[in-house]
Amino acid sequence: MEKPLTQNIRPDREPLDIREYEQAGGYQALRQALQMSPLKIQEMVTDAYIRGRGGAGFPTGKKWSAVPMGDKARRPKFFAINADEMEPGTFKDRLLMEGDPNLVVESAIIASYAIEADVAYIFLRWAYKLAAQRLTKAIAQAYEKGYLGWNILGSSYSLEMYLHTSAGRYMCGEENGLLNAMEGKRPIPRTRPPHAVMVGIWGKPTAVNNVETIACVPYIVSHGSAAFKALSHTEEGGTKLYGVSGRVKRPGIWELPLGTTLGEIFHDYAGGMRDGYQFRGLLPGGASTSFLVEKHFDARMDFGSMDKTGSRLGTGTIIVLDDKTCPVGMVLNLEQFFARESCGWCTPCREGLPWLRDMLDAIERGAGILEDLEILQEHTWLLQLGHTFCALAPGAVMPLDGALKYFREDFENHIRQHRCPYRH
Amino acid sequence: MSGASMLTDEEKREIDEELAKYRTKRAAGPEALKIVQKYRGWISDESLRDVARYLELSDEELDSVATCYNFIFRRPVGRHLILLCDSVTCWVVGYEDLRARIEQRLGIQMGQTTPDGRFTLLPAACLGACDRAPVMMIDEQLYVELSPAKVDEILDTYR
Ligand SMILES: Cc1cc2nc3c(=O)[nH]c(=O)nc-3n(C[C@H](O)[C@H](O)[C@H](O)COP(=O)(O)O)c2cc1C
Ligand code: SF4
Ligand code: FES
Repeated sequence: MEKPLTQNIRPDREPLDIREYEQAGGYQALRQALQMSPLKIQEMVTDAYIRGRGGAGFPTGKKWSAVPMGDKARRPKFFAINADEMEPGTFKDRLLMEGDPNLVVESAIIASYAIEADVAYIFLRWAYKLAAQRLTKAIAQAYEKGYLGWNILGSSYSLEMYLHTSAGRYMCGEENGLLNAMEGKRPIPRTRPPHAVMVGIWGKPTAVNNVETIACVPYIVSHGSAAFKALSHTEEGGTKLYGVSGRVKRPGIWELPLGTTLGEIFHDYAGGMRDGYQFRGLLPGGASTSFLVEKHFDARMDFGSMDKTGSRLGTGTIIVLDDKTCPVGMVLNLEQFFARESCGWCTPCREGLPWLRDMLDAIERGAGILEDLEILQEHTWLLQLGHTFCALAPGAVMPLDGALKYFREDFENHIRQHRCPYRH
Repeated sequence: MSGASMLTDEEKREIDEELAKYRTKRAAGPEALKIVQKYRGWISDESLRDVARYLELSDEELDSVATCYNFIFRRPVGRHLILLCDSVTCWVVGYEDLRARIEQRLGIQMGQTTPDGRFTLLPAACLGACDRAPVMMIDEQLYVELSPAKVDEILDTYR
């Protein structure tokens, strides 16, 4: 099976340096891309039907085709590569940036060319020190080789690229929070419309895409949309980085056809549960997705199929809940994160999340009452999409909703026994 | 808005490098604060003012940014920063035991600094190494697959 994202990545080895990367076929896609028009690349990306890997699954071709193009577009235009990866349970972009930094840089150049961006920023998470070092080197070498800067490879296209390292805030990864953070403001969302593609960083057209999303683009350019679509098991194109963490035999990350089933990833790749532990449930794609249970093992891990389960693909990195871990405690841990990271801009989230956290804390300690469960359930509606200014709070209530659905007796046991049955 | 900026030449040089990346001075705020923090350990009101003057911002404008980031410190921190991941996977596989061991060993609670100023213990959101959980960072170094015994060994290597 072809692995366009991880073909150069060898665990426990230094990443390819730029010369080795070129020898492995690197930067050929950029040469090919520069022979095509930007609109042609947009069209290929649309046909490839790649949905955004940052978690929301927005079709990338559709986003790019909304960017104003040609002489009349306001300049400079920006491309922001979202490398803020802070979704709990997610460790996929780290692999790409540490494992094949040249691929990330080449991808960013091609993506920028496709929207005729003048400046690209890689917006990197503060904690990713090794990725920062390796990307800095890859960018510098790309300049030396003429892949960045003025008249790239003798073409009329020019691009500047910079690494921006953040200082730790989940909301910086939210598309509009990121725009504000780039401008040196607090990462609170912006009113839409206008969307970033029209009015983004410093008011100029800006495309924001996840690292894994753009990393698919060189393959699409060199092999074509049909080949990219053929990599997957469903109508959504490509491969996907799937990860598994928790008490499984082999926690890890694998590049597999998009639409691989949940059960296959859990059993065949992660090896099932560690000895002495039973499976209870899992979050399929990071903290802001809803729980799934054993009956979902046949479901495909693509955006469309996951939506049908009542959960979401999210980031595609699975977090496993075992039988010795308290589901109430796990949801409390998640809501603690979301409450802490709420930007405070809108009331339902700013007030609601700490409230949920405190209520879960009370239940976990054995101080809850049955009516609390109704209030919790009510909040999964109150904080849903459309009621808040951004997707943080709607994401926050997803695992809560799933836990109330599948682990309700655990909540009730805490309340009836006035203690956490999992603590001895 | 008074007083000149008291940044060192080295701080200024590094901030200037950052300024070249952006179209406004304000955009370099987070990076500038991190540079000054690297040299001074934390961002005191004086340090904040030094950076604000240099970037032609009001203290309040810059502070509004400084205070929204988890890793811009507006209070003093110890020589070494222990960032213990308290997000979901690490929590599932052993965060509480690690936290108890570190707190007991150093005689401090989460959020505190040891009296000798050697360590500050802080929680960190998912460090993106969940397949190797539980994890922590000390300063720039990531430590994975931790156990209380392993944490003891690691802490011994910091002075
Ligand atoms: C609170 C919050 C945090 C987010 N963090 C990230 C992130 O760290 N990285 C990312 O790529 N997308 C993140 N997203 C999704 C972005 O808003 C956006 O959808 C994405 O960057 C678009 O790129 P894509 O279409 O390539 O996925 C976050 C969304 C929310 C609501
Ligand atoms: S939902 Fe939460 S994070 Fe999003 S804008 Fe509202 S307060 Fe901020
Ligand atoms: S949850 Fe600790 S590294 Fe991800």
